[in-house]
Amino acid sequence: MNPMEKSLGSLLLLAFAATMGCNAQSSVTSSSASVGSSPASVAKASASKPDGGAKPTVHLLNVSYDPTRELYAEFNKEFAKHWQANHGQEIVIDQSHGGSGAQARSVIDGLKADVVTLAIAYDIDQIAELTKGMPTNWQERLPNNSSPYRSTVVFLVRTGNPKGIKDWNDLVKPGIEVITSNPKTSGAGRLAYMAGWGFALQANNNDEAKAKEYISALYKNVPVLDSGARGSTTTFVQRGIGDVLLAWENEALLAIKELGKEKVEMVVPSMSILAEPPVAVVDKYAEANGTTEVAKAYVEYLYTPAGQKIAAKHYYRPTKPEDVDPAVLKQFPELKLFTVKDVFSSWKDANDKHFKEGGVFDSIYAPQPK
Amino acid sequence: MVDGTEVSGGRMSVTVQSLPGAIPKGSLVETNLAGRLRLATDERSWVKALLITSTLVFLTLVLFVPLAAIFAEALRKGVAVYFASFTDAHALSAIRLTLLVAIICVPLNLVFGLAASWAIAKFQFPGKSMLITLIDLPFAVSPVISGLIFVLLFGLRGWLGPWLDSYHIQIIFAVPGVILATLFVTFPFVAREVIPLMQEQGSDEELAAVSLGASGWQTFWRVTLPNVKWALLYGVILCNARAMGEFGAVNVVSGHVRGKTNTLPLHVEILYNEYNFAAAFAVASLLALLALITLALKSAVEWRVRREFEQALEPPT
Repeated sequence: MNPMEKSLGSLLLLAFAATMGCNAQSSVTSSSASVGSSPASVAKASASKPDGGAKPTVHLLNVSYDPTRELYAEFNKEFAKHWQANHGQEIVIDQSHGGSGAQARSVIDGLKADVVTLAIAYDIDQIAELTKGMPTNWQERLPNNSSPYRSTVVFLVRTGNPKGIKDWNDLVKPGIEVITSNPKTSGAGRLAYMAGWGFALQANNNDEAKAKEYISALYKNVPVLDSGARGSTTTFVQRGIGDVLLAWENEALLAIKELGKEKVEMVVPSMSILAEPPVAVVDKYAEANGTTEVAKAYVEYLYTPAGQKIAAKHYYRPTKPEDVDPAVLKQFPELKLFTVKDVFSSWKDANDKHFKEGGVFDSIYAPQPK
Repeated sequence: MVDGTEVSGGRMSVTVQSLPGAIPKGSLVETNLAGRLRLATDERSWVKALLITSTLVFLTLVLFVPLAAIFAEALRKGVAVYFASFTDAHALSAIRLTLLVAIICVPLNLVFGLAASWAIAKFQFPGKSMLITLIDLPFAVSPVISGLIFVLLFGLRGWLGPWLDSYHIQIIFAVPGVILATLFVTFPFVAREVIPLMQEQGSDEELAAVSLGASGWQTFWRVTLPNVKWALLYGVILCNARAMGEFGAVNVVSGHVRGKTNTLPLHVEILYNEYNFAAAFAVASLLALLALITLALKSAVEWRVRREFEQALEPPT
């Protein structure tokens, strides 16, 4: 009995000491770290002992989608500085990233986001509808349909473009492997599908039967359907599967920067879809957390020159290009962009017709009945 | 080996001798049998070599190479980058949360595992086999389902979520959810190790203790617990390893809020997805190191058990 008690005791003691050690270390790092990215626990500690007249630290949770990690890592620091300077209050912004649809689902299930910054408006529509936590006309509350930055869908191919992929009609050629993510769960996947559909309609005088033929041939060339945009990028780049990746423009530019031009290069098709990733305050949760004011300021700050510059730096097309250095704008190639409204009239219509259970996507991707 | 052949050869000759006349050339049979026996041992040596080689090749391919790859990738950008990966604020909070989860889950599962084993091994009651099956449930269901169970229970659109929310109690997408999911996934470990041992030992020693006037607690502390201590420790080690390494269930309920609800395995995935391969593998190497420590502890426990067993067998001098 004794040796066991001893060993159990020392195990616990060890674990305890380890935690204490971490605590001590983390408070050391945080005192030297900048305001924005300090961990929650440190903020908790500072909130529990506010010094005199200073306002208590405010916490903000931004639930976002996959490719915005780097963008918000920088933007949060910038906004925290701005808020500290203007309101004398420390702010800690927590980030959560994942597939846009999955993230919306989490917010609906109770992840209390003060702010959501997702890939497509439909996901925020779902939050508004199912949580009743924000008005259904949320998109009218901020300029440009609540999209402070834009993007589009482009192609990423292996360097030298060995398969000679130039435009959408090259994707349906036999023997071409196309990597894209699941349009049911991923914003990028959905936009890629919609861009392909839009191209097929324009190429065939709005003949829907032809468009369906095209999209069906396209997805026959897809060997793996990941659930999120980053998953697809990893499949294409790390695992080396496929000839072409249908990617967010920002994701493609980031991949080229991270992995080098000797591995992948971007191909700009003749036309594509205008992606308008929206941002919104989730009123219900922000009110409950007492963060309405700072949450509003946060999303509005994305539209300021500072916000626009950071967006452009992280490969998002700014909605106010005049605020951004023209040299940075050069990285965005010119191409014909059509909107969701042009082709599908609305996100809801697109969802009902194409992505719902038994919609067009199911009919072309589900295994053919024999 | 020589010993064995002699003994079995001896036995054979005894059998042959006991049937006189039945087999006239008894010595021939004996030689034949002995020859076959020797052949069997010869065969065993090359089979042994083959088995050892194939096991080693397999282990090298699926275990040593990946393990080495983790450390090689982690150290690719140098030791400074390697250690910087752990001092990052988000990495530290992930380490802290992982330790917190383990410190809460392991003792709880220790108590639960002991109680369940005690009940199952020492008492007879209706529904006992059902209980044994239920303890195995977390092993049987996919961790993703384990996570979704908690979303269904505690989600805002789930059964208990709205009621809890009216009291401002947040379970999933917060630390309690991570702990609950880990607790669920790890609870069979201790019970699974202790139940068979307790069943094998029966309750004779306890009966003796009670008949000599020991109280319930005395019996437990002085008889039952010492008998199962090594199995218990073994279960705790395994339980701890899983609690720190669990990905699937935690992934579903975490909400992925950095610095708040990210555990070490989730942190590895995030770093990997951010093209931060060196840091991802550095943190992964920490988990791999934990696995190695677990294995070392496990071997130490096994060694202790064997030594105690041998000591018990030795005649008192």
